[in-house]
Amino acid sequence: MAYSDKVLDHYENPRNVGAFGKDESGVGTGMVGAPACGDVMKLQIKVNGQGVIEDAKFKTYGCGSAIASSSLVTEWVKGKSLDEALEIKNTAIAEELALPPVKIHCSILAEDAIKAAVADYRKHQETKGE
Amino acid sequence: MDLQQDYFALFGLPQTFDIDREQLEQAYRDCQAQVHPDRHAHRNDAEKRVSMQWATHVNEAYRTLRKPLLRARYLLSLRGVDAGIETNTAMAPAFLMEQMEWREGVEEAREGGDVSDLEHMRQRLDLHERELRQALSGQLGDTAADGEAAADTVRRLMFIEKLQIEIDDALEALED
Repeated sequence: MAYSDKVLDHYENPRNVGAFGKDESGVGTGMVGAPACGDVMKLQIKVNGQGVIEDAKFKTYGCGSAIASSSLVTEWVKGKSLDEALEIKNTAIAEELALPPVKIHCSILAEDAIKAAVADYRKHQETKGE
Repeated sequence: MDLQQDYFALFGLPQTFDIDREQLEQAYRDCQAQVHPDRHAHRNDAEKRVSMQWATHVNEAYRTLRKPLLRARYLLSLRGVDAGIETNTAMAPAFLMEQMEWREGVEEAREGGDVSDLEHMRQRLDLHERELRQALSGQLGDTAADGEAAADTVRRLMFIEKLQIEIDDALEALED
């Protein structure tokens, strides 16, 4: 199957690969997996005092489309508020990367990873506030 | 024979995850002998088409029931449980973390050319796979069955299978 140029670009030069230090504050971590293909994705967001995502990192084990989807969303979430980040839809990811129908689940994985990271961040904030 | 019959009924097996392998093999051979297209060589085209359809059905049934993971997925579909293979991305975080570590380990061993490490991982995975299959025996038995728990186990097994393929690929690449 031929990958689109955008997928290849993100695959060959993935943005924001890695992880934040364990002690860093304001970090939310989302872990998701796709049973159908065994892909695993870890997406982290770093949120500043104003509730804006100032940085994001990812690590993905999967096909080119899964890596490209997660790389793309780390770029997209930066500068967004949590609610804005939650509005990112898999259809937009799939469209941007021109994913074929069989690879749509990769974009779903990336959308779910954002949701999981935001949920994780909010959970930590609640426990801190108590 | 009836094309609407499920695969278990076709082979006269109880609708459970644990099946008697020999009974399956025997039932498959019996069915095959009945539907083999050569047996119907003297018939007309319509009849041949029907027997062809049957042969395909029997083969598909056998392939599905023979493989534990396919059998489990088929059972779930018969019981009306969606295994969420395409849609459920929210596995237990600890499990996903473990998957991440496994994948990292395989990647490192592959890059380092560490065959014994890969073989060791494969053995541990095989053990893990056996444990999960044992869990399915209960979750997809005829009493105290638990479809949702079985669906979770099936999803875990799909990740394990993917890892096994990754390891085998790495081992094969290192052999060359």
